[in-house]
Amino acid sequence: MPEVALPRLDHASRRHRHWGDHVFRLLARCAALSLLGLVVTLVLVMGRAALPSMRAFGWRFLVTSTWDPVAEVFGVLPLIYGTIVSSMLALLLAVPLGLGAAIFLAELAPFWIRPPIAFLIELLAAVPSVVYGLWGIFVLAPFLRDWIQPTLGASLGFLPLFQGPPYGIGMLAAGVILAIMILPFIVAVSREVLLAVPNTQREAALALGATRWEATHVAVLRYGKSGLIGAILLGLGRAIGETMAVTMVIGNRPEISLSLFAPGYTMASMIANEFTEATSDLYLSALIEVGLLLFVVTVVVNALARLLVWSVGGPVQRGRE
Amino acid sequence: MEGLSVGAAFLTLAPLALIFAFLLIRGASSVNLSFFTQLPKPVGEPGGGMANAIVGSLILIGMAACGGLPLGILGGIYMAESRDRRLPHAVRFLADVLNGVPSIVIGIFAYTIVVLPMRRFSALAGGVALGIIMLPIVLRTTEEMVRLVPASLREAALALGIPEWKMLLRIVLPAARAGIITGVMVAVARIAGETAPLLFTAFGNRFWQHGLDQPIAALPLQIFSYAISPFDDWHRQAWAGALILIAAIFLATLVVRFVTKGRYQGVR
Repeated sequence: MPEVALPRLDHASRRHRHWGDHVFRLLARCAALSLLGLVVTLVLVMGRAALPSMRAFGWRFLVTSTWDPVAEVFGVLPLIYGTIVSSMLALLLAVPLGLGAAIFLAELAPFWIRPPIAFLIELLAAVPSVVYGLWGIFVLAPFLRDWIQPTLGASLGFLPLFQGPPYGIGMLAAGVILAIMILPFIVAVSREVLLAVPNTQREAALALGATRWEATHVAVLRYGKSGLIGAILLGLGRAIGETMAVTMVIGNRPEISLSLFAPGYTMASMIANEFTEATSDLYLSALIEVGLLLFVVTVVVNALARLLVWSVGGPVQRGRE
Repeated sequence: MEGLSVGAAFLTLAPLALIFAFLLIRGASSVNLSFFTQLPKPVGEPGGGMANAIVGSLILIGMAACGGLPLGILGGIYMAESRDRRLPHAVRFLADVLNGVPSIVIGIFAYTIVVLPMRRFSALAGGVALGIIMLPIVLRTTEEMVRLVPASLREAALALGIPEWKMLLRIVLPAARAGIITGVMVAVARIAGETAPLLFTAFGNRFWQHGLDQPIAALPLQIFSYAISPFDDWHRQAWAGALILIAAIFLATLVVRFVTKGRYQGVR
């Protein structure tokens, strides 16, 4: 006789659920709550581990430049500088390319070519960070060192940005690698934002006599502007947290330098390099504080990005990033 | 202007072609049977392979799946089915937050909750870190896939008197099975390439490990340490390892794309 829960017609049948339903609901709710608990625990545990460093240094941690494990003085200003500069450089390179590619995919390309190109761009996102770093050390850095940096130094060397010996490894290499890594995200989200713009906008512009580019520029881009800014912010969030590829090509020097040719350091790569080498509790606590800072910054940037992307044509479901 | 846009699209693809080309050029010659079956040789001796790293990666992925899969799938079913008011929204938001957290921060978290109490680096810590990364991906894809199951299927089951939990487990879940499996493969492809969280949880090992509470080798970790080393032979092996890693990940991505093409339009 199969197990059947016959609904009773005289009471509200909700009260007479099968006992299995209660168990299953409890299990499912616990599973969902585990995610909640995980995030809360992450913040609490890391906050507590970073507390000794926060007590010892306070705000000086963020604004001083000395990173001296022997004397146990820690200041992360060069790391913040390095993270910002490498991310900004990446955005500078990736945003025009990414937006251009997104416009191509959403507006201009013939329909048969869109899926393969979109798929190939998504493959870029599947490449692991460490493989980008490997390629960066042995292919990109020598290329920068032998071709790009001497040319830039010779022609634009009066700018402090392009002075100094061409190592290959350095801030420029990190920026280029980061740009390649965030390109697929910018393209994918921008493309969805552009596709979410209602067709009436394009048609109105074309009806008024605009050329195809003018219609795209005036109607679509302007309408989707906040969403596109959201896509850019998402790329920024990725660039800030990127660890392995940057560690391998940035040169690992915790000093502020105006030149893009110079080696630098980012928050994530310092954690990667020094975490297992930390010799004292305060050292470890300082590194965990850097991690906490990284966490807060990426959460804020990502939340802002999502808000902006949602404001264009409703929630854009991103199951992947 | 349109030409610029076309140029941008193809310039975006150029790095992919370059990376793949160099991987093949530098790595293909070093991939042979000994690469898959031998342990790393001592520094300075040529030869050796990455057998322990490949097996180690598989073990770590398996451990991550032990925690990440049940929690993720059950949680995804909860998100798709529950009629609670606020918890699903909170969980959805937090899943996106967790997705955006840099993986090295998750590594720090796993360090503080597993490595510090155990007082050793271990495969368990690495598995925990990768499981945490896997969880939000599996949860969100399961939710989307379960939502796609037509309501008529559920209503038919309930009309026949089947209890809700059985309906979910025996009818809805198998109906969403293909989509959930592809979601799991996407998550596995992502964690297979993760290095940063493993740096101070699994830590790496040049030999076979003797238990899950010991440090364990992993393919991305091995690639990293070989790439930044000063030895040419190790560089060659790093290229080979990277080629294998990317081949596996691309294969998984291709299979996912092939399976979901046309079946779940507009949902990723």
